[in-house]
Amino acid sequence: MKQTATLHVRRAIGGESARVETHAVPFEPGQSVLDALRWIRVHADPTLAIRFSCINANACKECMMQIDGKTQYACLARLEPRDMRIEPLRNKALIHDLVTEIAPSDERLLASGHADAADDPA
Amino acid sequence: MRPTMQLQTEVLIIGAGGAGMYAAIEAARRGANVLLVDRSLIGRGGATVMAQMTVAAAVGEETPDHWEHHLADTLKAGRDLCDPNLSRLLCEDGVECIREMDGWGVGWARAPQAEGKRGPMRQVMAPGHDRPRCVYVDFLNTGPAVSRTLRTQVIRAPGVRRVGDLLVVDLIVRGGQCVGALALHLTTGEMVTIAARATIVATGGLTRLYRRNSASLNMGGDGYALSLRAGAELIDMEFVQFFPIGHLAPRLIGMDPIMWDPFRYKLGGRLLNGAKEEFTQRYGTADEGKYVITRDLATYAITKEVEAGRGSPHGGAYLSFEHLSVEQLRAAFGPVIDRLAKNGIDLTRQPIEVAPIAHYHMGGVRVDTEMRTNVPGLFATGEAVGGANGANRLSGNAITEALAFGRRAGHSAALRAQGMKSTPMAAATMLPTRTKPLEFNPAAMLVQLQAVMADDVGPFRTQAGLQRALASIRSMREAVGAAMPAPGGAYDAVRIDWLDLRSMLLVAESVAAAAIARTESRGAHQREDHPGMDDRWRVNQVVTLEDERIVLTERKVPSMERAAA
Repeated sequence: MKQTATLHVRRAIGGESARVETHAVPFEPGQSVLDALRWIRVHADPTLAIRFSCINANACKECMMQIDGKTQYACLARLEPRDMRIEPLRNKALIHDLVTEIAPSDERLLASGHADAADDPA
Repeated sequence: MRPTMQLQTEVLIIGAGGAGMYAAIEAARRGANVLLVDRSLIGRGGATVMAQMTVAAAVGEETPDHWEHHLADTLKAGRDLCDPNLSRLLCEDGVECIREMDGWGVGWARAPQAEGKRGPMRQVMAPGHDRPRCVYVDFLNTGPAVSRTLRTQVIRAPGVRRVGDLLVVDLIVRGGQCVGALALHLTTGEMVTIAARATIVATGGLTRLYRRNSASLNMGGDGYALSLRAGAELIDMEFVQFFPIGHLAPRLIGMDPIMWDPFRYKLGGRLLNGAKEEFTQRYGTADEGKYVITRDLATYAITKEVEAGRGSPHGGAYLSFEHLSVEQLRAAFGPVIDRLAKNGIDLTRQPIEVAPIAHYHMGGVRVDTEMRTNVPGLFATGEAVGGANGANRLSGNAITEALAFGRRAGHSAALRAQGMKSTPMAAATMLPTRTKPLEFNPAAMLVQLQAVMADDVGPFRTQAGLQRALASIRSMREAVGAAMPAPGGAYDAVRIDWLDLRSMLLVAESVAAAAIARTESRGAHQREDHPGMDDRWRVNQVVTLEDERIVLTERKVPSMERAAA
């Protein structure tokens, strides 16, 4: 029988109460946790919100989350054929599911310090 | 639905990779105020940050060189389809950009020199170049170093505002001019209009269209779709470059699939078939443990060897460094050897498997040497531009193109902005919104599109396969429709996928349509039913959009406008 990894994913939109969803993902040796999250979006639930850009190179540093209570990059964390707990970062504002506000504050659209005239219509 | 927020700027730059950031620096240097936006975080997405090693430029510190030699190699690789004026800009201005980056402390590798003096910039040999010409940053750190350096300069530049998590959905065209853009703010789900005197598309290429690709998530060809819908022309869309030795097996994490390229530059390595024999000589170029075979030929050789039943277990070729010592490997790649060990790989004991992987797009938005499109107010730059590399790009030209073209686009856009008395009003037409939920999984459809492109619009093409792909793409376009899913609020993954499908399907169709029309084999476009180059096809194909339909026309290849100095 093929092995599976069981992901318990904490989901919520910022401000709302969270729920934990469980997904059984086919396990192949060598996969990353990000591979499993992408699998869930394609095969089970496309509404799962995750943030990543470079996919596998650990170049973009966007896929940071809590995996079994530890802060890790999902692209570097190995998937394992057991129960795994996936949660958003605790110390950043929650946006949606596993997506948190990790942009530097002066690179956000609604950043403080940018309420200048340039933002207003002509 | 009405946009809830409006921004205004002189120069809007879409995409904060190497080209977009250099454009921002240059536009600011010319006194323009700049809004630099990216759908990802600033300086993190795109292709530049992923580059591992080589940047080609005739700096000539170790070996005498001149940009004219680099130009000759670039034109030769492009198989008679380059716009030589754009190629020249890449080769000539590239040298200045490399030196400027050096002054900004990027840290190009240098040869050691005694008495505390800096040695010359190291330059390695790459396939298709007549001499060692590629600068780099150790170890496998070129892209991150280039991104970080440009990001620091962007932050220092006066008048540049940076905004991430902003996905541009459409350009706004009024009275035949581009006057800004409509964007989805990902973290709130709100629509935003941006009024701009000049807009630069710096969104990179389209490699995300393919199942195996070497680029970031955001390389779905957004800029091509934006430009097409705004009335701009695309050129050479049939030419997608496959990198022959993308990592295939065993599964690695935390490593870019292009990582074996720098290994080959520094150490050679041996390319072997499933029976561990050298094989590229059967297809015209012997490998012999040196990195001389060009990308299109290597892609061909590996694919044909696999088809003949002589591939490696996962359907590629072996790349072996088993003849080298641990000391040689460590001297060349230091910490990377530890990262490989963590993945359970000891290169002195085992070969790895490699196979072609979508890597770069030669085609793109048609521009002149000022990076102007045919739509006033709209500029394009970097990989989003077509023409400089013709039918096949030379190794090392992509970052150089990003830097040189980025700088030129920033200059041109600033000039236009400063020549205007006021910023035009930008009232956007909103996309219609669905009342019912999507009846398909858009994340699954993206995977399906990648399979269609890989299977039938890959490096080797046939009429039947291309027709099959075109039919699939068109039926997906129909399913996707013109109405966006109803808003789901903050970071709405379904809406993002739908918007990506809207762009990617349009771009996929333009690649497939151009590939069907070109009944010959040239560079990265290989038609199995039309082998060999045909002089009749020494033309560029231009794609435009008329009433949502892709229209192809032929255009004479431009000639050099002024003689080289």
